[in-house]
Amino acid sequence: MTPPSFSPTGIRFENIDKRYGGLYGLRRVSLEIAAGECVVLAGRNGSGKTTLLRIAARLARPSSGSVSFVNSRGEKNEALLPAGFVAHATMVYDELTAEENLLLFARLQGIAGPAEHAAKLLREVGLEERRKSLVRTFSRGMRQRVAIARALLNEPAVILLDEPATGLDPQGVSWFAGTIRELRDSGRTILMSLHGESEVSSLATRAIQLDGGSVVADTRTGANFRSILAFANA
Amino acid sequence: MALLSNTAVLLGKELRTEFRSRELLTTTVVFILIVIVLFSFTFEPTSDESRRFGPGLLWLAFLFAASLMLQPCFLREQHNDTLGSLRLSVSDPFAIFLAKLAANTLFLLLTELFLLPLFAMMYNVPVAGVLPWLVLVLVLGSLGISIAGTALSAISAQARMRELLLPLLMLPLLTPILVASTEVTKGLLDRAPYVQWKGIGFLAIFDLVFLTALWLFGEYLLEE
Amino acid sequence: MVKNVLAAAAVFLLLGAAAYASFFIAPTDAKQGLIYRILFLHVASAWTGLTAFSLCFVANVLYVLRRKPHWDWLGVAAGEVGLAFTTVVLVTGPIWAHPVWGIWWTWDARLTSTFVLWLLYVSYLLLRTLIEEPDRHALLSALFGIFAFLDVPLVFGSIRWWRTQHPQPVVMGGPGAGLDPLMYKVLFFSWFAMLALMTLLLRQRYRLEAMRGDLETMQHEVEAA
Repeated sequence: MTPPSFSPTGIRFENIDKRYGGLYGLRRVSLEIAAGECVVLAGRNGSGKTTLLRIAARLARPSSGSVSFVNSRGEKNEALLPAGFVAHATMVYDELTAEENLLLFARLQGIAGPAEHAAKLLREVGLEERRKSLVRTFSRGMRQRVAIARALLNEPAVILLDEPATGLDPQGVSWFAGTIRELRDSGRTILMSLHGESEVSSLATRAIQLDGGSVVADTRTGANFRSILAFANA
Repeated sequence: MALLSNTAVLLGKELRTEFRSRELLTTTVVFILIVIVLFSFTFEPTSDESRRFGPGLLWLAFLFAASLMLQPCFLREQHNDTLGSLRLSVSDPFAIFLAKLAANTLFLLLTELFLLPLFAMMYNVPVAGVLPWLVLVLVLGSLGISIAGTALSAISAQARMRELLLPLLMLPLLTPILVASTEVTKGLLDRAPYVQWKGIGFLAIFDLVFLTALWLFGEYLLEE
Repeated sequence: MVKNVLAAAAVFLLLGAAAYASFFIAPTDAKQGLIYRILFLHVASAWTGLTAFSLCFVANVLYVLRRKPHWDWLGVAAGEVGLAFTTVVLVTGPIWAHPVWGIWWTWDARLTSTFVLWLLYVSYLLLRTLIEEPDRHALLSALFGIFAFLDVPLVFGSIRWWRTQHPQPVVMGGPGAGLDPLMYKVLFFSWFAMLALMTLLLRQRYRLEAMRGDLETMQHEVEAA
């Protein structure tokens, strides 16, 4: 990856509640993710991982509480938005080519020199030859590459990933792990939800377990990394 | 200004997507054609009768067609959660609506302009002399249909029974467009054509009211 | 409990008084005889329905801005009550029209507009049932409610301007037919009684919705535990 042009950013969740009618998707979640940390969010389906990530990405609003991005001095800084967000859905258009997709999102975000920037990212994720092909024709692994390229368009300081390795073959997982490693080593803050142990989870420096919308274990407060992941695999 | 440039970029995407497949345009044109033909079975299609009933039937056909054509508007953005990436990328969510309603207005207009000469031929109603005014009322009416329809399709995309729900929501809401557009069109197709300025003004007001409402409340339609 | 019974009794007394006034105090209309008296029910219901829908609009806006569930409860209560009164308008229209004109329905401006109004709010209530998650259906129906209410003057305006060109039977004699001053007094009294009924119904419906909301919350808490 190119040398970073971002400032180290942490994420602060303060008393996040997310209610769906009477049901709590998230309940009083308070977390401090330090700048540069690589954190894995573990938990069963329905534990609130996706909700927490979408709130961090500002796609969803919490029912109460707040989420903010903080600089290295702990001060809130909303100019550090948007975060890079990669989900299980590719969030790109099947009917457009890889190039057209990246160009679209680059232009929307007001990135200077959008065409060159898009081309560069496509090279970095190894899709240069297929850049003029419709995303509809891509394999699952290739679609994830486009998704990552899109997420990295604005060179975000924070990267949020929601079960991104689902559906990837072992080769895809390896490539993905390599990409995350580079992002982590460049100092970006990474928060990713995973389903269990894998090549990707081993990159994390911290694990947090969610259950029923609450934080039940955190390696920062002494929980065991592997048991969090193992439990989540159940 | 970011809103306008975002809108332009998104409008380009909407147009490129549609012109690549042309599925919306072709199915809408065929649908309106079918309706126009079917309507001929319901009354005596002499020139005089056509002048009386034609405008209303035409606008009714446009309304029905629009309530079908607008179904995929936000539904297709659910497919790969592209609505999410759009919301992450634009500075003002209103740009998403502006682009879509502009595209929808254009698609509606294209189908209407394509079918107008056919209608004129089949029902013996001359349109050549009043064409500029007809285009004006088509633009204002289609704009109103698109503004309301785009907003409502964002709602129906999140509900069950959405294929029935969108027409259910749209058709009563667009009654004023039907009434005013029909009256103006009737005046233009009359044996002694005249321009109903009150109607044109009314259409403009409708468009303005709903555009403003969409501007004020649009972001809540896309919320999670 | 006692307060409820007293309130209901007061409302029914008011309604009884209004009915009495409609039949015995209001002067006889020379042309239409007895049937014109249904006007007091018809017009008062129309005004009450619109009052309820206005309340619904306010509740909708406040829900969108504040997100407190009680605004949603008020919105659905006002929408349903408004719809009930609007139904009365649509039913009393033909009841009046048949003896006077010999036809059941007349596409006169106000009746037609009321019909569209009725359809709009039926859609509003239907929309709520078609979205499962409570927060979503509250928000989306509130937004539709806002659009629907903004549409109301446009509906009435357009239909009045362009659907009254042709001579046709007008329910209640139209705007030209003036009302005797005593008739106006009876009409306003009827409206007052209707508003009292509306308030009573609103409170009941609101309470029902509030209880439903609380029940759901409790159910979820039990399930979560």
